[in-house]
Amino acid sequence: MMSENEEKELLASGHRMCAGCGEGTAMRAILKEAGPNSIATVATGCLEVTTTAYPQTAWEIPLIHAAFENAASVASGIEAALKQMDKKGETNILSFAGDGGTFDIGFQALSGMFERKHNVTHICLDNEAYMNTGIQRCSSTPYGASTTTSPSGKESIGEDRPKKPIARIAGAHDIPYAATATIAYIDDLKKKVNKALKADGPAFLHVFAPCPTGWRHGSDDTIELARLAVETGVFVLWEAEDGEICDIKITKKPKERKPVKEYLKKQRRFAHLTEEHIEKIQKEVDEKCEQYGF
Amino acid sequence: MSKVKITIAGINKKAGSSKEYKTGGWRTMKPEVDVEKCIQCFKCFDYCPDGAVKKTEDAIEFDLDYCKGCGICERECPVKAIVMKVEEK
Ligand SMILES: Cc1ncc(C[n+]2csc(CCOP(=O)(O)OP(=O)(O)O)c2C)c(N)n1
Ligand code: SF4
Ligand code: SF4
Ligand code: SF4
Ligand SMILES: [Mg+2]
Repeated sequence: MMSENEEKELLASGHRMCAGCGEGTAMRAILKEAGPNSIATVATGCLEVTTTAYPQTAWEIPLIHAAFENAASVASGIEAALKQMDKKGETNILSFAGDGGTFDIGFQALSGMFERKHNVTHICLDNEAYMNTGIQRCSSTPYGASTTTSPSGKESIGEDRPKKPIARIAGAHDIPYAATATIAYIDDLKKKVNKALKADGPAFLHVFAPCPTGWRHGSDDTIELARLAVETGVFVLWEAEDGEICDIKITKKPKERKPVKEYLKKQRRFAHLTEEHIEKIQKEVDEKCEQYGF
Repeated sequence: MSKVKITIAGINKKAGSSKEYKTGGWRTMKPEVDVEKCIQCFKCFDYCPDGAVKKTEDAIEFDLDYCKGCGICERECPVKAIVMKVEEK
């Protein structure tokens, strides 16, 4: 069924994201689901830079560009102000940041927003590196990915640390809603946006959004890679409601998991990996999936 | 270059004004739809990062002012109703 906001585009065309950018697909769906009665903050990053080329803006809802580290703090302030004005609960308040602005530099602001129990939904657009400044590694960058600050070479396989499980860390704040989603499954993404906004208190949504420029894949591979990430078990879709972080629900269980190689081989950031490296990654994904119960 | 008047605190009151900037010029490939084949599943509409797919009564059409030619719609169309062609300018 179409939701009532279905046809209202709240991220206008003319934004400057690269051709095939996963953030564009994600943001169109997210803002449509949130609807016009929403206020957002955005941290510095690709989303902000590409949608707010002064004197233009692609946003059709009120937006404050915060600094890189404090999107969640500014959103907390908006929520507190609306409460003072007796407008509590009438407006959706969203804070957006990239993985850099969430996993690393914005984490303190985010944790504070959760702890103070603001009614804010924080949405992380994860492209697994600091893309806007030229593909620097982040605690979101997966093992084996070559970035400009974790380059692969004779002595290096690229990034040598595992990805931080940010949504589980967010959920551990006992917030009413934490979930992961991606752009290959738009209905699932929208459903989770809706639940996050309806939750009574802070909510966290981790949105996996492939980046053709930073991952070095074809601009037409974006959706396919988001799907393959789920089908291989590289990115697990789940949600945890009412603070039940120990009782997460897997929202998409691939019937038969595809080999991670199918996902890796389409991206040049992984082109240097040997069969042994790929085996190691496969083993880690197998172990993670077992932890998640599939 | 045209002059830009800077507002106090950079406040921008023109919601959606990015539409003034036509990204269609970035394109090297151009999508074409066979309306006979289209089953109106609207996957192309949902997946387009640029909002360049418009729903019509019996199919879809492209807004070539903004389409950047990424090819996602062609790849994701379940009935292969979309093909990418080299842009001729
Ligand atoms: C305090 C501070 N440090 C560094 C920067 C430079 N900077 C701007 S955007 C950015 C990277 C953003 O990465 P991420 O949050 O992952 O978003 P993406 O661009 O990848 O979507 C950096 C390092 C800044 N604006 N402010
Ligand atoms: S660098 Fe990546 S995330 Fe940034 S606009 Fe380009 S494709 Fe999108
Ligand atoms: S994806 Fe293909 S079938 Fe579906 S609406 Fe678009 S053109 Fe039509
Ligand atoms: S080629 Fe890309 S930008 Fe153009 S209509 Fe298709 S999905 Fe949208
Ligand atoms: Mg990033």
